[in-house]
Amino acid sequence: MHLMYFTERPYRYVPNDEVIKTGFFGIENKHFDSVKGGQLLNEYLDEKVLAEQLGYDGVMLNEHHDTAFCMGSVMDVEASILARITNKVKIVLLGNLLPVVGNPLRLAEELGMIDMISGGRLVAGWVRGGGSEQFASNANPAFNREYFNEAHEVVIQAWTKPGPFRYEGKHFHYRFVDPWCLPIQKPHPPIWIPGLLSPETVVWCAQHRYPYIALATFLEPTVELWNIYRDAAAAEGYQVGPENFGYLQKVYVAETDEKAREIAKWDMFGGAGIGYSLFGQPQWMFPPGYNSKEATQRMARQFTDPHADKKSPWAGLADGTTTSKIADAQVKTRSAVWQDTGPVDVEATRRQIFEAFPAVERSMQVICGTPDTVIPKLRTVLEVLRPGIFAFWQNDGPISKEDRLNNIRLIATEVMPAVREFGKELGLTSPFEVKPGSRPLKPGEKPRSVGSLESLQRMNGQAAANP
Amino acid sequence: MASGNGTAEWHEETVRVEDVDLIVAKGGSGKPLLILHEELGWPGWLKWNSALAQKHLLLIPQHPGFSRTVRSEWISNIRDMAGLYARYLADQKFAPVDAIGFSLGGWIAAEMAACNPGQFRKLVLVAPMGIRPREGVILDFFQLMAPKHLYATVHDPDATPEFDDLYGGQGPAQFEHWEEARAQTARLAWTPFMHNPSLPHLLGVAADLSTLLIWGRQDRVVPLAAADEFKRILKSARLATFDNCGHRPEVEKTADFLREVEVFLE
Repeated sequence: MHLMYFTERPYRYVPNDEVIKTGFFGIENKHFDSVKGGQLLNEYLDEKVLAEQLGYDGVMLNEHHDTAFCMGSVMDVEASILARITNKVKIVLLGNLLPVVGNPLRLAEELGMIDMISGGRLVAGWVRGGGSEQFASNANPAFNREYFNEAHEVVIQAWTKPGPFRYEGKHFHYRFVDPWCLPIQKPHPPIWIPGLLSPETVVWCAQHRYPYIALATFLEPTVELWNIYRDAAAAEGYQVGPENFGYLQKVYVAETDEKAREIAKWDMFGGAGIGYSLFGQPQWMFPPGYNSKEATQRMARQFTDPHADKKSPWAGLADGTTTSKIADAQVKTRSAVWQDTGPVDVEATRRQIFEAFPAVERSMQVICGTPDTVIPKLRTVLEVLRPGIFAFWQNDGPISKEDRLNNIRLIATEVMPAVREFGKELGLTSPFEVKPGSRPLKPGEKPRSVGSLESLQRMNGQAAANP
Repeated sequence: MASGNGTAEWHEETVRVEDVDLIVAKGGSGKPLLILHEELGWPGWLKWNSALAQKHLLLIPQHPGFSRTVRSEWISNIRDMAGLYARYLADQKFAPVDAIGFSLGGWIAAEMAACNPGQFRKLVLVAPMGIRPREGVILDFFQLMAPKHLYATVHDPDATPEFDDLYGGQGPAQFEHWEEARAQTARLAWTPFMHNPSLPHLLGVAADLSTLLIWGRQDRVVPLAAADEFKRILKSARLATFDNCGHRPEVEKTADFLREVEVFLE
């Protein structure tokens, strides 16, 4: 198993009221103080060094723009520093926003340099970017998928095709491609793809033999998506294994269950008080042309009749199993799409969000407690999904520095040894142990699932028997 | 209405132009009058259409990628779209034609005029996009969901009798049409946003073209200041403005709109 540390690196000083009023994107940057921000960025870098010392295999970074939720606006800058100040941990970038970078050849060079400085410890990854990221970089959302595919092609060619050569695509044009800063890892660094269960992306990963990392998604649809990957892999002639899959899980550990829960409940608001419950306003999350036809049809039903369907409009992110309280908050938000419903009732919304926490904990979207409490729950997640890559998503919310370091330490020393044992027992091979896509599948042979819905059903059955 | 196949008053035809199967709503009788719709798609056959159809043959093509005409990959900006319609007019031998362009459709018409003003006999531009105003900005409707964009196009929805008839209502099917229209508008004009920096330099060739500019004084989508730019370049143009009117004079001030247009097209 490959075990990683992840945090969104939130800016922790934004007033919670502003978050409730505006959401993930669109809060005025007058609430940002660069001195405090700089201090936090350094603390986050130090946390990565600590994680390496404590035995995590990888440190995972991501990127968002114009938001207090995540200060990694240019993740490659952090990765460059980590390349120098760490020694053995993998630097896992999940991921660079291919459609918004504008110049994928420069991205290939940046990543090449990070791989060289780190001595070949880079894991690259690509994302389409959320809707708001398209606004933040003014990347035309109607070409998002086209930019993604073509930028990927440019990066791979730059890394693998002897230069100089000319590249003429639809969106990118280079008359002289001959980069010298090429990665140490050949033919190129590993590529993993994070996502929120878009079937299109999952199939694309299977075709490219890239591991797919599900970002804290609900377990049942995740297993279903694993099976879509399995079938696409079979069409490519290989059998999937745990090395093809990764999972990001929110985990908060403290000395007592009460303390852990008190910290974790703020996760309902995400990194800086911005949770998935009120993730972002629809005009920024659904820019024109960004969504597939299927997603647009789903939105059409939800936006035109807010009471027809209690499912979340945040397609994929929380689809299917949101509690009614979160759904109500969302209905309120999307009703405002049609007409101005007046100012948000901040106190009522905050109360509603906190009240939803027990349901979120039950569904294991957040696992919190003492090591003894969290270990069996993690075991269940591992039995259901059987991922070869597992990231502990920690420390979002207004948590003190002391509690953050405590969480990192307790997970490393008290939880990870058990998780590694489970990994051995369940055969959870990482991509560094078994090359993804290297298990041959004979023609006509039925591909086997990696995930196990039976384990999920067993878990749900136990929960029903012991409410 | 926008997705129907017509009524007794109008019907649809499919016309092949280059590789585009252009769906054209057609109704009325008289001299052809080309109508170029706006960025949310074709809003449907409304009262002003019925009125003008008494004396004109209305030709209302649904732009490729909007409403029901399928998108063509090579059309990547508004000037390409103008070229497609130039080809349509030439193929159908309609030129010189009378035309009305609304908002994005006005921009298409302006690009056509900048290329060859001889394509038109008389041109009506209703709050056209395409030129950046010196004061104010074109509303960034990409940061609005379509229903809110629609609200922003009129000064007062309650005082706009046909507001609920626009696009045939606001159900899920229409939401999808809007999303397609928004996507195609983004492909064509995400940046520079809803204008072409070269248009003010090239449109001067149409200085002698008989042109009527119509603007609502409370237009929140394309500010009235943009009218000054069009008027400065199109020296023969007359500007008619309506008070208590937003971006849709044809439905907000239908009587005033028809009076201006009917007199002008005589």
